Amino acid sequence: MITREEFRTIAGNGIWKQNTSIAQILGLCPLLAVTTNAVNGIMLSLATIIVMALANVAVASLRNFIPHEIRIPVFILIVAALVTVVDLLFNANLHELYLVLGIFIPLIVTNCIVLARVEAFAAKNPPLQSTLDGIFMGVGMLWTLALLGGLRELLGSGTLLGGIDMVFPGLQPIQLLPESYPGFLLGLLPPGAFILLGCMIAWKNWMDARAAERARLKPPAPVATAGCH
Amino acid sequence: MFAPAPFLLKDTSVSQVMTQVCIALVPGIAAYAWLVGPAILVQLVIASLAALLAEAAMLRLRKKPLALFLSDGSAIVTAWLIALTFPPLAPWWLVATGTIFAIIVAKHLYGGLGQNPFNPAMVAFGVCIVSFPALMSQWPSVGLQLPLVDQVNVILGLAPRIDALSSATPLDALKTALKLDEGAFDVTHLLANQDIYGNFAGRGWEWVAVGYLLGGLWMWQRKLITWHVPVAFTGALVAVSGALWLYNPAHFASPLFHLLSGGAMLGAFFIATDPVSGCTTPRGKLIFGAGAGLLAYIIRVFGGYPDGVAFAVLLMNLCAPVIDLLTQPRIFGMKDAGKGGKA
Repeated sequence: MITREEFRTIAGNGIWKQNTSIAQILGLCPLLAVTTNAVNGIMLSLATIIVMALANVAVASLRNFIPHEIRIPVFILIVAALVTVVDLLFNANLHELYLVLGIFIPLIVTNCIVLARVEAFAAKNPPLQSTLDGIFMGVGMLWTLALLGGLRELLGSGTLLGGIDMVFPGLQPIQLLPESYPGFLLGLLPPGAFILLGCMIAWKNWMDARAAERARLKPPAPVATAGCH
Repeated sequence: MFAPAPFLLKDTSVSQVMTQVCIALVPGIAAYAWLVGPAILVQLVIASLAALLAEAAMLRLRKKPLALFLSDGSAIVTAWLIALTFPPLAPWWLVATGTIFAIIVAKHLYGGLGQNPFNPAMVAFGVCIVSFPALMSQWPSVGLQLPLVDQVNVILGLAPRIDALSSATPLDALKTALKLDEGAFDVTHLLANQDIYGNFAGRGWEWVAVGYLLGGLWMWQRKLITWHVPVAFTGALVAVSGALWLYNPAHFASPLFHLLSGGAMLGAFFIATDPVSGCTTPRGKLIFGAGAGLLAYIIRVFGGYPDGVAFAVLLMNLCAPVIDLLTQPRIFGMKDAGKGGKA
């Protein structure tokens, strides 16, 4: 089935090492457009997780039957069908949020992350691993979008989890900064998203560089590093 | 113009240049202080402190020598330009935020002194006018000079920001009037009868612009800047405003009004001449200055912002590398300019 090492590699790649937003820098259009608050970012990521997990399992199961030459149109058809399902689900159950996220839910179909994972992973790996890959890539996207959305929201309006009432009716956004906070509007505008994303990428590179430095200084431990390649 | 070979090099360290730029700003600052009172001096101090703090923090983070870079004065020039372009009674945190953003994001994230593609002071102005449009367009009403204590209280947020403290700039007022009554609008009539207009442009502000002009001419005389950018900037501004003014003097203000309004003079001599973010070739400087002047006019007259100089300079900053590349002067002995070693 799946070894512990395999699981750890897939999870580590999705969440940190090949993080869609801050390592692969894929799918920037929805990332920049919807992260005006954390809730939007989380909900779009959830929709993407559903699509990615299902698309990966479908493609991985069918990978031996799909002719290599026409694989891309077939992948797109599968992804589009799944996105339509998610789109209808959001429209029916979370209608207000659906209106906010608008075009970005149907646009998941053109999101390069989904096609990239299908092409790069699911087309070459068994269904279980592919499902996990889809989920963990989505989780990586989820935390980066939540962080970016939260930062933008905090900077722009001093609140956190604005729009939470659209998902859980009755809940209120958290007012973190005092009411008199004037609101650094740049955070909510596209340039603010670019600058903050740049800072997050720099932070990841810095963390990686520090980890590499530590690994270099430490004498190699033959057993512990055996699985990493 | 063309001297034979042994050239005597003048010692021009960064700190010397920056000190002279600060001295050149003094006439403008003096006129400014005479017009709105000591508030502007308070803002200069706030901006300088914020700039030095941000600069020190970033230098420490980047492990650069503190004393060397802190004393070069470049942060102070940025801070002063920010203080001079922000409304004089803006709250202290607005000026501080703008300055810190300029030093950290616009200067150090791009590699520090000499590496920034955009003019840091204009980045601060752009960021703040986009983020805090209301506060950034509250200019003190004409003839209103509160005593120092009251001005400081307003800046520090201890006194309420009363409406009398804020009015539109002369440029903005003209634009609003233009939009309000299309038919009955007459610039000459408006300029002659409204309180906020003086002899040439905004009352009092015209003399601040003259102060910047004097400082700028002194910088040119000291060879800190060449004539290209200011001449091209003002030339383009005069050309386009003059053409429209001749076409319809009732609708468009005169070139003199535009030269002495808003940030035109400060922009032409102190901002567009920035050697780092601007062009370096002589022809490039002419194109850069003319482009900035033309864009400044278009944005201030037809755009939604009170003045266009900041955005004009930022847009031209974007084009500067390409302009420099295309205007490489011919090297002696080479046929083509900028084509490497092909003679």
